[in-house]
Amino acid sequence: MGGDRIFTWLTAAMGLVVIAVLGAIAIELLVGSGPVWSRFGFGFLTSTQWDPVKGLYGALPYVAGTVTSSVLAMAIAVPVGIATAVFIAEFAPRRIAAPITIAVELVAAIPSVIIGLWGLLVLSQLLSQNVEAPIVNNFGWLPFVGSSATGSDLFTASLLLALMITPTIVALSREVVSSIPRMQHDGLLGLGGTRWEAVRMVVLPAARTGIFGACILALGRALGETIAVTMVIGNTGKVPTGLFDPAQTIASQIASNWSEASIGLETDSLVALGLVLAVLTVSTVVAARLIMHGRGPAVGAPA
Amino acid sequence: MTASTIALGHLLDDGVSDRRRRRSELGWVALCAVGSALVVATLVLIIGCVAANGIAAISATFLTQGVVDYDQGGALFAILGTLQLVPLAAALAAPIGILAGIFVAEKRNSRVAHVVRVAAETMSGLPTIIVGVFVFTIIVAPTGQYSAGAGVIALAIIMLPVITRSVEEILLLVPGSVREASLALGIPAWRTSISVVLRTALAGVLTAVMLGVSRGAAETASLVLTAYGGGQAGNFGDLGSPTDSLPTFIYANSISPDPVLVTQAWGASLVLLVIVLALNLLVRNRSIGRRAI
Repeated sequence: MGGDRIFTWLTAAMGLVVIAVLGAIAIELLVGSGPVWSRFGFGFLTSTQWDPVKGLYGALPYVAGTVTSSVLAMAIAVPVGIATAVFIAEFAPRRIAAPITIAVELVAAIPSVIIGLWGLLVLSQLLSQNVEAPIVNNFGWLPFVGSSATGSDLFTASLLLALMITPTIVALSREVVSSIPRMQHDGLLGLGGTRWEAVRMVVLPAARTGIFGACILALGRALGETIAVTMVIGNTGKVPTGLFDPAQTIASQIASNWSEASIGLETDSLVALGLVLAVLTVSTVVAARLIMHGRGPAVGAPA
Repeated sequence: MTASTIALGHLLDDGVSDRRRRRSELGWVALCAVGSALVVATLVLIIGCVAANGIAAISATFLTQGVVDYDQGGALFAILGTLQLVPLAAALAAPIGILAGIFVAEKRNSRVAHVVRVAAETMSGLPTIIVGVFVFTIIVAPTGQYSAGAGVIALAIIMLPVITRSVEEILLLVPGSVREASLALGIPAWRTSISVVLRTALAGVLTAVMLGVSRGAAETASLVLTAYGGGQAGNFGDLGSPTDSLPTFIYANSISPDPVLVTQAWGASLVLLVIVLALNLLVRNRSIGRRAI
């Protein structure tokens, strides 16, 4: 029995390593950002200043940039993702569904730095000339449009984010949709319902919670995505007021300022931003897990 | 057919003509197809762009020389950097992750296992930039320099929850009867876990590690804060010195005004994309459900 005990302890110890690493990250974020909280208190969250010269730091522009870019990304990714999931699971014949499924997995696998490179060198140029310039020139007086058409802005960043989180929504929603019992679905078809009616009346209502959880999980990814956003968002620490305004997210602010930041209150403020981001993403992911709870371990598996 | 289905059936006839219902079906199916087409189109567009621009950049020099002087030379240091960081991180994360996965799967009902599972889930939802900040403060700041070693630790932390969670899921797929049969033969529980349960799920466990590896190979943000440090030196084999890697090479070159460096970024993207997509297709072929058991 000695071997059993040793083996159990060994596996338990490795499990504890996982807990310890997470704990160490949490402690480091709390301790590292300590000076910021004692200096600015909650004012750190509401201040719009980020001025290393004056020693003033505030997180509001970055929180605003993070939330708006993610929400805009969701506005695109949720409909496209759910439509794709429903198409794969319900409508498409197998020989069409299979390659689409692979394509979705491959989109998820593209490294974010490559998506960022494409966004920076191809998409943003394209948008700036063909979409943003005409809109700004003709409708620039409308609120929430923004006045510049550089292509490095909230709009491009949101599109890239949408592209990156759509596979998450598709993969998880497809699993949920496929796991719905077929009886009512088939029954409705038998009664003369169309496939769309079966989806609308049976499948979607039953899959609603799971799909919602999938979307929240995708939101968590969008909030924390760093490199691709850093490359296209314009790196401007202002609360964005228009779609074509350059902005900055929490993650992109850390990534683009870390190497030049002087050790002290400036790096501590970046760590404090990290803490804010961690709280945002972790609470989002936990919410998603709670929503999807009871749907079995397969849902939400790392795809 | 249940009563509720029949109730739903009554809704169908709600005064809407059959032709309109068929047409509406067609419209919605078409809309869903358009959504799928969008996803496939972006994939083709991005891969096409990377392939077209990347092939132009790839040459013997690109693959066999490091950065010689500013925009002279190639991406060898970045390629070697990735080939060094990713396997080392996997070697660090895989044993811990596999054993932790075994723990969570076997002690399913214990409170500690539950906490480990929640910790792994939380960690996999944590933005990687935060892992970068963490490793910077515990390793780069005390040692006073960016280093490949710090990058390895960062990648290992990112791979760890991926491996733990996938291994757990795969082990749960192994039928209890396999384990019981082994125990009934008098084989100790620990040998049963390793030689029978783990062995049965070996393909799946390899898949789990591969998932971690492909996640690590694609990782950029945390390496910018730990291994890279803005230099482009080739310090292959020296864990104490900074190192470039394919993702950091792409990131740094992409924002350069020099077209030569931008072309190199496309070339490096092609190399990285081939590596990552190959890993993913490999994982797909060994996919968990089909081959694990």
